[in-house]
Amino acid sequence: MGYTFASMDTSAADGVRFQPSSDQSLLVYFGHEITLQAHEQVRRLLRLLESEPIADVRNLHPAYCSLLVKFDALKLRHDELESIVRKYLDRLEEVNLPEPRQVEIPVCYGGEYGPDLSDVAAMHGMTSVQAIELHTSTSYLVYFLGFVPGFAYLGELPEALVTPRLAAPRRKVPAGSVGIAGSQTGVYPFATPGGWRLLGRTPIAMFRTDRKGFSLLSIGDRVRFVPISSERFTALESK
Amino acid sequence: MREIQVQAPGLLTTVQDLGREGFGPMGVSPSGAADAISLRIGNRLVGNAEGAAGLEMTLLGGTFAFPDGAILALTGSDFGATLDDAPLKLWTSAEARRGQILRLEPTRSGARCYLCVQGGIEVTPFLGSASTHLLSGLGGHEGRALRKGDVLKIGKANGTYRKWAVAAKALERVSPRKVLRVTPGPQSDWFPQTAQQVFYASTYRVAEESNRMGLRLEGAAVPEGSGGKMITEGVSIGAVQIPSGGLPIILFVEQQTTGGYAKIANVISADLSSLGQLRPRDGIRFEPVEWEAARSLLREQEELLASEGLITG
Repeated sequence: MGYTFASMDTSAADGVRFQPSSDQSLLVYFGHEITLQAHEQVRRLLRLLESEPIADVRNLHPAYCSLLVKFDALKLRHDELESIVRKYLDRLEEVNLPEPRQVEIPVCYGGEYGPDLSDVAAMHGMTSVQAIELHTSTSYLVYFLGFVPGFAYLGELPEALVTPRLAAPRRKVPAGSVGIAGSQTGVYPFATPGGWRLLGRTPIAMFRTDRKGFSLLSIGDRVRFVPISSERFTALESK
Repeated sequence: MREIQVQAPGLLTTVQDLGREGFGPMGVSPSGAADAISLRIGNRLVGNAEGAAGLEMTLLGGTFAFPDGAILALTGSDFGATLDDAPLKLWTSAEARRGQILRLEPTRSGARCYLCVQGGIEVTPFLGSASTHLLSGLGGHEGRALRKGDVLKIGKANGTYRKWAVAAKALERVSPRKVLRVTPGPQSDWFPQTAQQVFYASTYRVAEESNRMGLRLEGAAVPEGSGGKMITEGVSIGAVQIPSGGLPIILFVEQQTTGGYAKIANVISADLSSLGQLRPRDGIRFEPVEWEAARSLLREQEELLASEGLITG
């Protein structure tokens, strides 16, 4: 093995892999595990690419440990883009990530709002109240927004709540539904099809066109769910 | 201000331009015309910038009245259009006089027909684009498909009318394909040789549940890849996902921005507009091409679309 200790720990580009995804997109992988370190690298690269955009790059799709870079295929080739991105990778350490924003999301659990709550509790041999306590016991990291506008992938779910998604997805999940799938949790911003198990619902809009930034949540935020009564739900909903 | 009155909306008619690019970090996909080539050419026929907003009709067209007249063009698939009962040719500009009525029927060819008007359709842009994103109810006309009684504003235009048509030779070159050319997907290597053979040798049928988000295919199941553990990642338009069960799904204009299925291939940029003309039950096949070929096919297509000879007087 020809590497030295110095080259192992100084370059952020170590362990980064580039993979053409289509003729107009390139995936940048920071390892192959969901880790906070890999995710932080994704955020650093995203921040750098947003503050100093590469000409002819048209879109960016961050995820757990990868960033998809979409580009104008008439202007750039994969290898050209890769060498430009490598220069950005060399500067990742100088990127300052902002302190995470803390966001509280009120949720009315169970009943018609959370049709899967009792099933999920039963699957783990606990009561619904215990499942709610677990879901509200921790703060979740917004890994990225994906699927539809404003849908935040939140993790990690407490181990005791980790549940596979529904075998058959629902055709329509109401907007505001709070679901879990695997070790993830999230809120459906719009009425869409969906296979996550629904524990409750929030009256807060996750995506609004009349709000600055549109989406309630952004990558890197920290989220806590706060249980509310159905009366409170109705009161907040009418605001 | 001129307007379009929707007397019948058709099956699924939306306001579309070339979409909104750059909002992936918010989970917002570009949306935009499913057959962008047809929209671009339609706009050129009426003297608009090629990204102006027009109407995208799906499988069954609508009926539209022009109380103050309009200069218009229909492109894409043949929906049997008439203007006050006189047949109206596709791929040519035409003038609707005050009060004339444009009627469209069920498609006689592909999935989508575009109506472009001089001045474009004027709606409040969302994130810089007029495109409707149906799933989230954003953009376009009130974030939804058109309904009977809707009134759409036509943007300001100089009103000069000249009869233009698309050159027959050019039209041939942009006609929709049923053999879709693809480059490898990011997880191609995960699929064994036998799976690749099934995928490239089979004819797939476009399923009824296909829409602007994605095209679901029916046919030979692609054996699952075992090359790795998939972690949700950003996905590209035209990505061919292989979910459990093995029936491919092609991500399209209103795509989810991230996905957790392995991708065996990706439709090349030059063939994306062809996807927009596929109807349920159409048969398609996939043909692998080299990266360099994908690039030159796109370059040739763009040169054709930008060429003087595309449109003739």
